[in-house]
Order: sequence, then C-alpha cells, then structure tokens
Amino acid sequence: MEYTGSQILIETLKREGVDLLFGYPGGVIIDLFDEIANHPELRPIIVRHEQGAVHAADGYSRASGKVGVCLVTSGPGATNTVTGIATAYCDSIPLVVLTGQVPTNLIGNDAFQEVDIVGITRPCTKHNFLIKDIRKLAETVRQAFYLARSGRPGPVLVDLPKDVLVGKAEFVWPEEIHMRSYNPTYKPNLNQLRRSVEELDVAKRPLILAGGGVITSNAAAELTEFAETAKIPVTYSLMGMGSFPSTSPLSLGMVGMHGTYAANLAINSTDLLICVGARFDDRVTGKLSAFAPRARVVHIDIDPTSIRKNVKVDVPVVGDCKMAMQGILEIVRSRHADRDWGHDHAAWLDTVQDWKVSKPLAYSQDKDGPIKPQSVVEALRELTRGDAIIVTDVGQHQMWTAQFYSFTEPRTLLTSGGLGTMGFGLPAAIGAQMALPDKMVIAIVGDGSVQMNIQELMTAVVNKLPVKIVILNNQYLGMVRQWQELFYNRHYCGTSMEGQPDFVKLAEAYGAEGYRIEKFAELNTELEKALATPEPAIIDVRVEREENVYPMVPAGAALDEMLLV
Amino acid sequence: MDTKRHVLSVLVENEPGVLSRVAGLFSGRGFNIDSLNVAPALEDGVSHMTITTYGDPAIIEQIMKQLHKIVTVIKVTEFEDIPAVEREMMLIKVQADGPLRGEILRTVEIFRCKVVDVSPNEMTIEATGNHEKLEAIVSLLRSFGIKELVRTGSLAMRRSKKND
Repeated sequence: MEYTGSQILIETLKREGVDLLFGYPGGVIIDLFDEIANHPELRPIIVRHEQGAVHAADGYSRASGKVGVCLVTSGPGATNTVTGIATAYCDSIPLVVLTGQVPTNLIGNDAFQEVDIVGITRPCTKHNFLIKDIRKLAETVRQAFYLARSGRPGPVLVDLPKDVLVGKAEFVWPEEIHMRSYNPTYKPNLNQLRRSVEELDVAKRPLILAGGGVITSNAAAELTEFAETAKIPVTYSLMGMGSFPSTSPLSLGMVGMHGTYAANLAINSTDLLICVGARFDDRVTGKLSAFAPRARVVHIDIDPTSIRKNVKVDVPVVGDCKMAMQGILEIVRSRHADRDWGHDHAAWLDTVQDWKVSKPLAYSQDKDGPIKPQSVVEALRELTRGDAIIVTDVGQHQMWTAQFYSFTEPRTLLTSGGLGTMGFGLPAAIGAQMALPDKMVIAIVGDGSVQMNIQELMTAVVNKLPVKIVILNNQYLGMVRQWQELFYNRHYCGTSMEGQPDFVKLAEAYGAEGYRIEKFAELNTELEKALATPEPAIIDVRVEREENVYPMVPAGAALDEMLLV
Repeated sequence: MDTKRHVLSVLVENEPGVLSRVAGLFSGRGFNIDSLNVAPALEDGVSHMTITTYGDPAIIEQIMKQLHKIVTVIKVTEFEDIPAVEREMMLIKVQADGPLRGEILRTVEIFRCKVVDVSPNEMTIEATGNHEKLEAIVSLLRSFGIKELVRTGSLAMRRSKKND
C-alpha cells in the first residue's frame, strides 16, 4: 500500500518515539498539519515565533534527555530557527528540525518563501539533509534521529519539499541504521584509562573539571562516586552544573570568568586536571597560556576535536563520559582497594577548603535597601528546596543563578552556555514544562532578555503551562553595563532598558498572572504566593540597578587575576 | 611555529553539499586551503578530495579531526609520514617571440614538459610533477614572461609496499 509523504513522516516520527512537536504552520507544510490532525498521539505545540519552537524543543530535550522535534515552514519559518539551532549545536543538544521547502521543481528559482536552509544551517547543525526522493524519506528521517542522539549529540535539520510531502510511496522502515562514514567512539581505550589512573597515583593536588558531557551521558552518579572514592575536589563549567552536588564538601563551585575563588585558584594550583566532558571554552579557561600551568591534563570527551583544540592534553581519552568514569572507577578500586585517599590528599583538601572559607561567594543585602538580585535567587532556592527546573536567559541573572541556586541534580539548570542566547529562557521553560508536567519550572530572566521571546507567554497560557518567569529587573542590559562600568569608563551606551513594558500588565494582557516585588521585606512572601499559583506568571522583581557579578576574571586575563569585589 | 605544507587525502560520500561542508569547515575555522581537487573515486558514490594546506602540527591535527567529524567524510589520510607519490598538472602560457623560442624549448625539455599550443608569439606548455618541480618550472619561465597559468592542485597516492 502507498502512503503520502506526510503519512510516512508521521509514522516515522511515531516509531522514533516522538509524541510532541513544537512548530508553526505555513504554506508548504499545510499537508503535513492536515495529516497530523488525524494522529492525536502526536501533539503539535504551536508557538508564536519559530525561534521559540526550537528553544522549546531544546528545553524539552535538556530536561528529559530525549530528542526534541520542531516543524516549521519554508523560507522565513526556516530562517527563524537558525538561532535556536545554533544554540543547541553549541551545547550538544539533540534536536530534529523539520523544515518545509518549496517543491523540488522550484528549488533554485527564488520561489516564494524559498531559502537554501540546508546551506544556511550547514555550519550550525551536526548534519542536515534535503530530501528529494520520497522513497528516501523514512530512512533519512531515521538517520536524522540517529545522528541527533548518538555520539556527541546535536541538532539535525531535514528539509522537506512540498512534493515529497504530498507524493506517494510504499512505507519502508529500515530496522538498522548504518552509516559507514559515521561511527562515534563510545568505549574508551583501556590503556588510556590506565594511564589516567597512573597520573592519579602520583598526583598530589588532583582536580576534576566536569562539563555538560557528564550530564549528556548521564554520568553524574559515576562522576560523584569517583570523586568521593578518590577524594578529589570538583569544579564544573556552567554546562556542568548539576553533574556534581554543589553541597558536597568536595565541590568548589563553578570555574571561569565568574567562577569561585576556590575553583579558579584550584585550577591554578592543581598538578592533575581531570577534565570530563568539558571543552575548555574561553569563558572557562581565561588566558590560555596561564591556564592550569602546573597541571598534567587528562581529557575525557566523546568528540576528538575537543581534545587538544585549545589546551595541551597529556592523556587524551576519547569516549563516552559514563563508560570512562566506570572504567576509571574499576581500575582505581582494583589497584587501590586499601589506599586512604583522604589521608593522601589531606593537605590539598585543606588548602581548597581554606580558599572556600576565606573567599566564599558573597553579597550584602540591606534589609531596608533595594533587593539584591542574589537574594532573589537564594529565596527561590529556599522556597523550592532545590526541587525545580531552573531555566535562564543570558547575562548577569544567569551568572547569579549559577552562583547562588546551589544545583545538586543533573538536568535542573537549563541554560544557553555556549552560544549565550538571550531569549532562550521562556521558550525553553515551556519545553521543559511539557517534558515534566509535574515539576516546578522557573525561568530566571533579565528584563532585557525576556523581551526577546516574550511572545511565547501566549504559548504557555494557551497550553496551560504553569511556568514562572522571574525577572531580575534592573532596567539595564546588566552584564554589558557591568563591562562598561569596569572597562569602558562607565560609558553606558545602549544598555539602558528603562524603556520597557509594565510587565504585570503585560502578563495580564496575555492571560497570565503578574506580580511585582519592590521591597526586600516582601520578597519571600510574594515569591511564595506567585510560585503557588497554578497559572503561568511573570514576577517582576525590581532589583538593585548597578549590582555586579563577582568574582570576575576580565576577558583575556588569567584565572587567578580575579576581581573579587 | 613549525608551519609546513601538508597534503591530505579525503574520501567522501559523493552527495550534494559535501564540497561545501569541507570548504565551509576551512573558511569557518580559519584554516588555509592552498589547493583543492575533487573527482569521483574508483568506487561508485564516493569522491576523492586532495587538499593541500599549511599549518603547525596542532593545526593539522585539528583539521584532520574536524574533517573526520563531518558526517559524510569516510576517511582522512595525511601523507607526511607515509611514502606517497604526489603529482600536479599545470598549463603555462609564455611569451615566446622568435629568438627566445629555442631557449624556452630547451628549458622545458629539462623538465620533460610538452608544448601543447603554439602561436607566433606565445607558447603553451603542459607540465606535470610534484609541487616543488612545478614551482621550479614557474620560476625559470618567469624571465620569459608568463601570460597565463592554471594548475590542478595536487593529487597524492600512497606508494605500494616494496618487498625487500
């Protein structure tokens, strides 16, 4: 029996386990939406802008570990997805983005709503496809899912010309996917694991740096066990937050530009840096030539290009973080069953503990003064007891969230770490809430960034998603303003956000609830009230306007050259 | 830094966009392409690219890994430590007025080049050889006046194993 392309695509999506897709209809994909209506088990969530669809699928994926799926039309529908795709690509988030395309006989003719989206997204997808033959539809879409979720995950785009969607063919389901040119390495080389442990044998001041790869490969438990077994302090990148409990005595907090004093000094002093699933972003390393100057480096990553890209590595380990952690643990246990690691690392553990105690993350809240943004994050942590999915935009609020929320579980901080995409938070929170309907989902955002995808509030209202949007409102693009204050002689050019809507009225206009908090004395009670509502809500918290994020390592400086106050 | 010329042989799936993926990788990451040659390989559906590039060992390592990461790239070989034959073809049109013709022909003879086109005052020469040989020919013919020059870029192939 023959099926239409739309039917084949939908059957393929169902077999790939898709039950939700985030999308927006348009001319060339009407046939597909027409068919989706016949499949109630496949629920389309209609956003208000295609960028929101990709961020929502991304948030869905980060929260659940599953592949996020989007469906948009050709031309502007497709180009609107680019920022979302690049965001997911930078953070290795598995997405399948389905774009409509003009009929194959019109491709190249500058047809209405035609754009070469495969060409445009080539550098920001893991891979992409233009399907010209309906007989290849099921196989190609299956390859797209396989590529998205395997190896180092990432977004894959599939461009679907209208004639492929309306054409007819047999449905042929490929049971196995094999691509001779694509074979990711999961199992780490045993010799390299042994060499890693040999490095640990002789190290006096070992340090683990955990990245987003630990979360991607669900290796948080193994990493934690390794650190606790061998008594190694742990720091993490922004993407690695939640991979190790920040409440552990071994936790040094986040490393890098806004990392803790203890973490940055530990990087400077360690003689063995074990990097697990992090790629040494410049926001982590600061000045490369001064990064971990005393350290031998073990680098575990599933993507060989991450290794030796910018930091010299002594023991490269290519493979899955979880398998590598399991392998290393096994070797450590068999070789050092009786070793008292706590005793052997005592001096080092004392040193890092001194750093933690002497210069903790700090701010001062005057009870009668303006609300400090850090107070809001700490209040949210207290009210949720850490049992919430926290989503952020990008800027000062993102760093305060990372510093003060105290994450203990993987997949509880969803943030655009690599690309740094303002406007990510609200749509990603929507996706996370779709993935985890029973969880409290809070988007902590800035007054600047929230305006970049504020239209998605409608999506939350329509779908009855009780996301809470907490705006740390300082009426500035605060992070840029901070740089202007510190490095541009307080020349606040372009960063004032005094022109902004009344966020309470705005929330109400969309059919959500709106709250405003202006006094510190009311912070806890008002937040508690707002979090308790079953409706989506905006909570506009007016905070100290010129608070800065500290510590700060100026761009291009070494990690031990932190500004502390 | 130890910047050297490297010849990479890249086997790719012959499908639309594969050249753009490879070229985009070089431009997007700021790597150099000195020459690039693409043609179908022996096996159906596979193409062979030969890329010459410059870089220090760290950059070459990164280029090779990044090429490998492209989903449609099947195999990447670098010929630095592998005995290989390298050839490139060049067509070169030189100013060849009466009295100089003999001297040009003698020069060309030394390199075993062929004259493939002649006019009253120009001569077109076909030259084949490795990179260094072609560079030598160009520098010798420059004194006669080079009007036009086209090159294919390098091709490389591993030498057969010798039984000794």
